[in-house]
Amino acid sequence: MAKSSPVKKAWRSLTWLGVLIVGLIALNAFGVFSQNGSWTPKLALDLEGGTQIILAPQVETGATVTSEQLTEAVGIIRQRVNSSGVSEAEINTQGGQNIVVSIPGTPDDATLERIKSSAKLEFRAVLVAGQPSGQTVGADGTATPAPVPTVDPNLSTTPAVAPTDASDLNYITPALQAQYDAFDCAAINTTNVAPADQPLITCETDGSIKYILGPVEVDGSTIADATNGQRTTSSGATTGEWAVNIVFNSDGTSKFADVTTRLFSLTGVQNQFAIVLDGHVISAPATQAAIIDGKPQITGSFDQESSKALADQLKFGALPISFTVQSQDTISATLGTTQLTNGLIAGLIGLILVVMYSLAQYRLLGLVTVASLGVAAVITYLLITILSWREGYRLSLAGVAGLIVAIGITADSFIVYFERVRDELRDGRGLESSVEAGWKRALRTIIASDVVNFLAAAVLFVLAVGNVRGFALTLGLTTIVDLIVVALFTHPMLQLVAQTKFFNDGHKLSGLDPRALGAVYRGRARFEPSASVSSTKISSSSKEAAKRQTIAERKASELVGTSTDRSTDGKDS
Amino acid sequence: MASFSQFGNDLYTGARSLNIVGRRKLWYLIAGSMILIALVGPFLLRGGFVFGIEFTGGSEFVVSQTTSQDETTATDAVASVAADAVPKVSTIGSDGVRVQTDQLSEAESTAVRDSLATAYDVPVKDVTSSFIGPTWGQDITGQAVRALVVFLVLAGIIMAVYFRTWKMSVAAMVALLHDLVITAGFYGITGFEITPAAVIGFLTILGYSLYDTVVVFDKIRENTNFDGSGSSRTFAESVNLAVNQTLVRSINTSVVAALPVASILFIGAFVLGAGTLRDISLALLIGILVGTYSTIFIASPLYAQLRNGEDAIRKHDKKALTARAQASASAAADVTA
Repeated sequence: MAKSSPVKKAWRSLTWLGVLIVGLIALNAFGVFSQNGSWTPKLALDLEGGTQIILAPQVETGATVTSEQLTEAVGIIRQRVNSSGVSEAEINTQGGQNIVVSIPGTPDDATLERIKSSAKLEFRAVLVAGQPSGQTVGADGTATPAPVPTVDPNLSTTPAVAPTDASDLNYITPALQAQYDAFDCAAINTTNVAPADQPLITCETDGSIKYILGPVEVDGSTIADATNGQRTTSSGATTGEWAVNIVFNSDGTSKFADVTTRLFSLTGVQNQFAIVLDGHVISAPATQAAIIDGKPQITGSFDQESSKALADQLKFGALPISFTVQSQDTISATLGTTQLTNGLIAGLIGLILVVMYSLAQYRLLGLVTVASLGVAAVITYLLITILSWREGYRLSLAGVAGLIVAIGITADSFIVYFERVRDELRDGRGLESSVEAGWKRALRTIIASDVVNFLAAAVLFVLAVGNVRGFALTLGLTTIVDLIVVALFTHPMLQLVAQTKFFNDGHKLSGLDPRALGAVYRGRARFEPSASVSSTKISSSSKEAAKRQTIAERKASELVGTSTDRSTDGKDS
Repeated sequence: MASFSQFGNDLYTGARSLNIVGRRKLWYLIAGSMILIALVGPFLLRGGFVFGIEFTGGSEFVVSQTTSQDETTATDAVASVAADAVPKVSTIGSDGVRVQTDQLSEAESTAVRDSLATAYDVPVKDVTSSFIGPTWGQDITGQAVRALVVFLVLAGIIMAVYFRTWKMSVAAMVALLHDLVITAGFYGITGFEITPAAVIGFLTILGYSLYDTVVVFDKIRENTNFDGSGSSRTFAESVNLAVNQTLVRSINTSVVAALPVASILFIGAFVLGAGTLRDISLALLIGILVGTYSTIFIASPLYAQLRNGEDAIRKHDKKALTARAQASASAAADVTA
């Protein structure tokens, strides 16, 4: 019987849907039991509480940051954050420009410092050291060797005699000397360190001594390993002083051996080499021996924590670029929970209103809408949970808003479909064929409109940043879920429902009552327009009837060869 | 509901027809004046749009779990640290206070945080401080505008391919711009802050507005697909019938889409106070209503007008009109019910 075909198809579709849902549940269960999956999606900072820091690279105007630099920086920052014991921190790039660090809870200042300091380590020979001037000299205070406005611009900036090595005092030009004299340790600017081949004016971290340093002789990239530990005397007794032990690679070892050999022969401050971190001198020890094994030890005013932090920074490397904090956003966990709860309440209220409206508009057919929304919700929830396990997706408030908005767009597919079925009923078709014909037309429209919606989501996801992405993801996801549900659930359900007496008889509560829809009553469960009208009459139908004729009607009349006469005496009681 | 159902039937059969396409000049006039108000209004009333802290940069403090939501407490607390910071205080939920100020230095931030904690008698951990650089909001908007342009180009191409006429794309885009301008204008006139959340809302309107237009245009495509046969309707009448036939769907969809958004807006505005949910849902609610309106009253009439000049359409309309004249003549002769 022809009747069984749609039913078979319907059950097949429903089976596929069942397989899909069970598959998703199984995948998620696999995640929960074997890996660190969960039955609930992870929440973003605005819902869970935590701190989000956005770091913007500091580059000279006109210069750009390459994506390699950014990726490298992300990797280094990630290692630093993880080594500080903060778990579940997330570090991402944003818009090919910024780095976003998301940390649960409220990090202390030390953690923040650890994240953003660039950890550019340099070894420079000391040329001049002296007491800082101790008074503010305003804008002169800069660590760059470039002439500053208040320094007499006529002073020579090129050495009179070309320096022979990095300790050569010929580096000190009159301009550099003037700058050094005016230098204020309080106003030090470490974001723009002098080029490696130029001398540098800077101060001890605590501002106690200021220096003119020679060009960079060994830099942090040649460090193979760094550990922290307490300094030991030659006899092996610990001194209680924390130090950072560095192990150079072969290149660093030979360079460092050269420097220490040369400095060892010099006297006074020139015997010292300065260890410069991010433009500050962390210590400037005197060279007591040539270190040829490539394993120097840095001491300064370290405690256990700061020495560990520095060792980590040195080990994981310096950031290729300096960063400044562009925004730092802390959300308390209580606030996040309140937002989530209220967002969910809003969604629930919205859902109840939609259900009520659907029932009012489509009567019991509205129940199919409700069930479809339920299925869509289950699939979406599972997908989001799996995404948050596999891809580290986190549900943000904007994402929740996207989901709530999706209720409307998903329900629209059902509305388009139901209206098409009603249109077919109005054309006098039986319920079964109305469902099939309406589906064919509706599917086209649903696919076309969903493609546009999905496109919007995809473009936003690829091009936009931050919160917009989370929103775009939920929007795109729900668009796909919408298609799945309408094809594998709503349509099969309607096919099955069309078989029941309740709907097929066009019960007035079914929402598919042909009488209420204006079709002509032609006996029990048959609302076919009469086929007795001659074809001549069709061609000479009245102007009024022709005007009323829809395309669908015309096509139907062409097919069946029936008249399109109809009455609109439907009563919905 | 009987009347609504009847209304739908009548619209479908054409027994009742709202002449939407025919009165296009009226709709254009309304749209034109709305756009003018949206463009000029914000500047006349408030001297421009109000941008959120994300765009202007500044510091933000949120006090949670406080018993008092008195705003002067916050103002005084901030003034005691930074006298010229001009704090903007708003309440969040039933136990939170949000204070936004100009950008403060790190030391000032810590001091304000402490003083707020003391003033509201909460532990310091319940006062969070954030600072937002002035470029953050611009970054997100810059990206959003880029996304917008790419999306419009792609959507335009896809629609032109699907409907096999670029004129539908143009009509849809015009309606879309109308929606965006009016929604933005609403923000400007009412003085709601434009925050990144609101920008997200604007972007969603794009998707929704086009989505809605595609559904109605698909029906128009169906009704105007003459297959060379003589339809009894002119092109504009076919478009008008399609709009009428989808009117019930348009109303149902916009109600169903607006209900959840309205409930977010309600919860967002009255329970939570200022924040992401309120900003996003306000833009969406207006966008959904305006988007549905513009599909019916702008996109469809404009499309009919754009196609009207075409030779094939003109020919068809002429044929339809003569056929109708003949039909009515023969109907007069052959008296049928």
